[in-house]
Amino acid sequence: MGEPLVELRGIAKGFGSGEARVQALSDIELTVEAGEVVGLRGPSGSGKSTLLNVVACILEPDAGLLRLAGETVWEGRWARGDLRALRREKIGFIFQFHNLLPFLNAIDNVALAMTLGGTPLAEARVRARALLDHLQVGKRAVAMPAKLSGGEAQRVAIARALANSPRIILADEPTAALDSERAQVVMELLRGIARDQRAAVLVVTHDDKIFGSFDRLVNLRDGRIEGETRPRMAAGAQ
Amino acid sequence: MNLALRDIRHKLGRFLLTCAGLGLLLGVALAMVGIYRGVVDEALSLARALQADLWVVEGGTRGPFAEASRIGGDTREAVARVAGVTAAGSVTFQNVEARAAGTATASSAGAVLNEAGRQRVGALLRIQVVGHEPDRPGGPPAIAEGRGISRGRLEMVLDRSAGQPVGAMVEMGGLRFRVVGLTARAVSSGGDPLGWITLRDAQDLQFRLNAPAARRAAAGGNAGTPQDTVNAVIARLSPHADAEAVAEQVRRWKHLGAMTAAAQEEVLTRSVVERARRQLGMFTGVLLLVSGVIVALIVYMLTMDKLREIATLKLIGAPDRTIIALVLQQALLLGGASFALATVLILSAKDVFPRRVLLGPEDIAAVAGVVLVICLLASVLGVRAALRIDPAKALG
Ligand SMILES: Nc1ncnc2c1ncn2[C@@H]1O[C@H](COP(=O)(O)OP(=O)(O)OP(=O)(O)O)[C@@H](O)[C@H]1O
Ligand SMILES: [Mg+2]
Repeated sequence: MGEPLVELRGIAKGFGSGEARVQALSDIELTVEAGEVVGLRGPSGSGKSTLLNVVACILEPDAGLLRLAGETVWEGRWARGDLRALRREKIGFIFQFHNLLPFLNAIDNVALAMTLGGTPLAEARVRARALLDHLQVGKRAVAMPAKLSGGEAQRVAIARALANSPRIILADEPTAALDSERAQVVMELLRGIARDQRAAVLVVTHDDKIFGSFDRLVNLRDGRIEGETRPRMAAGAQ
Repeated sequence: MNLALRDIRHKLGRFLLTCAGLGLLLGVALAMVGIYRGVVDEALSLARALQADLWVVEGGTRGPFAEASRIGGDTREAVARVAGVTAAGSVTFQNVEARAAGTATASSAGAVLNEAGRQRVGALLRIQVVGHEPDRPGGPPAIAEGRGISRGRLEMVLDRSAGQPVGAMVEMGGLRFRVVGLTARAVSSGGDPLGWITLRDAQDLQFRLNAPAARRAAAGGNAGTPQDTVNAVIARLSPHADAEAVAEQVRRWKHLGAMTAAAQEEVLTRSVVERARRQLGMFTGVLLLVSGVIVALIVYMLTMDKLREIATLKLIGAPDRTIIALVLQQALLLGGASFALATVLILSAKDVFPRRVLLGPEDIAAVAGVVLVICLLASVLGVRAALRIDPAKALG
């Protein structure tokens, strides 16, 4: 068994109160280990994004226990004050829409994430360049986001998520804006990172074209986990 | 990596346009400050031009500017004998509607004619005429061009703001005066150019302008009407003399009043231009307030424009200080650029204004300080909004 990087024990999350109360998550038990690529699927409104945002420490759960990379992050309350530093150091986040800063070119969008962690700019740019090369968008390094194609922008965004070599990578529908070929490339990249960096990758998706790329596919319905499948085992992959 | 600058560079056109608009607004505010200072400066200009240490006026008045003052022409001799007084001179003041009457004679050739070509012959001029005794206190300050008044009659030293060159003729009350010298920036509290003539000419002019009244008085057998009256006597004191003590000495003559230079300046700013001053001061305040509100709105909108970017920054772990710096630096850059534009604009346009616009380095620095405070206060709104943005806004 690998090292558990994401652990949720009995996590619950509701929105609103009284009549308008929505129980978005109930009694979630989920573990993602180092090197694993886990998919999160379910109908619209089933709580996928909510779950991901809880893991990303963007939303505070109501009950349960959240551990990230061995550190207890939430148990009745946040265990540390500086959640942004936690995100910066441990989590890489990939959005459905790339969310690159429109006023920075590709390389600086990636370098910024590193400088926020204290890396000097010159060094950050060298590493950003290497990341972009690795993701095959190196030749677009000085292009502004508006000038990038959807696939290029998403790869730059992935480079940014990887900038601080996080152990946990969270992605909310990262392939929704891409055609199936590019979607496959992105999934291959995420698989490569999980394997090479011993990272835990948690991906929200309802894109059935990429279901085959997951080690495990967790089904959510009405805020509860409803079993999981192991697509890659089923497909007979290594 | 400076995010504020990079964002501005990304939308440079919009930023510059915003600066241009705000720059015009701040320019107006700056102009108002200059006009305010100009009004105060012009109010004191006449009193200062005459370089009086002591003003001797009619008893019970605060003349000769705030109230009418008439004293006998022989007062000067009495004042000159008071201990501590080194020199004294009689002066009269009249507001005269004059007429530019072209250049003097055919002998004035070439250059003078060219100059005359530029002036508007026949144009009406409002002049504050100062009658004075040559070589006694009350004459023009530094002559910028030409010469001072010799004892010759019908000569005039005029301020440049009247637009008349040396050698021009100016007609007042049927008398034709020749402009022999020019002063720079000597105007009345109303902004009219000052013109110096001799006391004799001034009294003559007074008589002619008041001719009907004077004739009536003569016809009524009131021959005792004093022709030799002046409005004030200006005294210079020795450096050791105490101005207030000398004033007290003069006031012993019951029919005379005396004011020190400081008291006269106080009367001029507090009384003569008080309303104009307060009006302009209030308007300047309103303008700065409006500028403040507009800067606040712009900064708030700049921030709201970047809602998604700021949420993204928070999501990738940017600390609050990065986000505060982004908002604050943009506010300061906006204020700085606009203020620089406003300053350049006003400094290059200030001589186009019909009245004096006075902006010293300290005035500009003061307004810059106000703009800085406005920007800081304005960005409080933007910073608060930015810090409240939910990082989840970056999703979906
Ligand atoms: N901020 C919020 N305030 C109130 N209710 C919310 C909020 N966010 C989510 N919800 C509710 O919680 C439930 C789960 O929402 P969530 O966004 O997690 O669904 P999802 O599975 O991501 O759906 P989709 O596939 O459409 O993105 C929904 O009923 C939603 O309306
Ligand atoms: Mg969702």
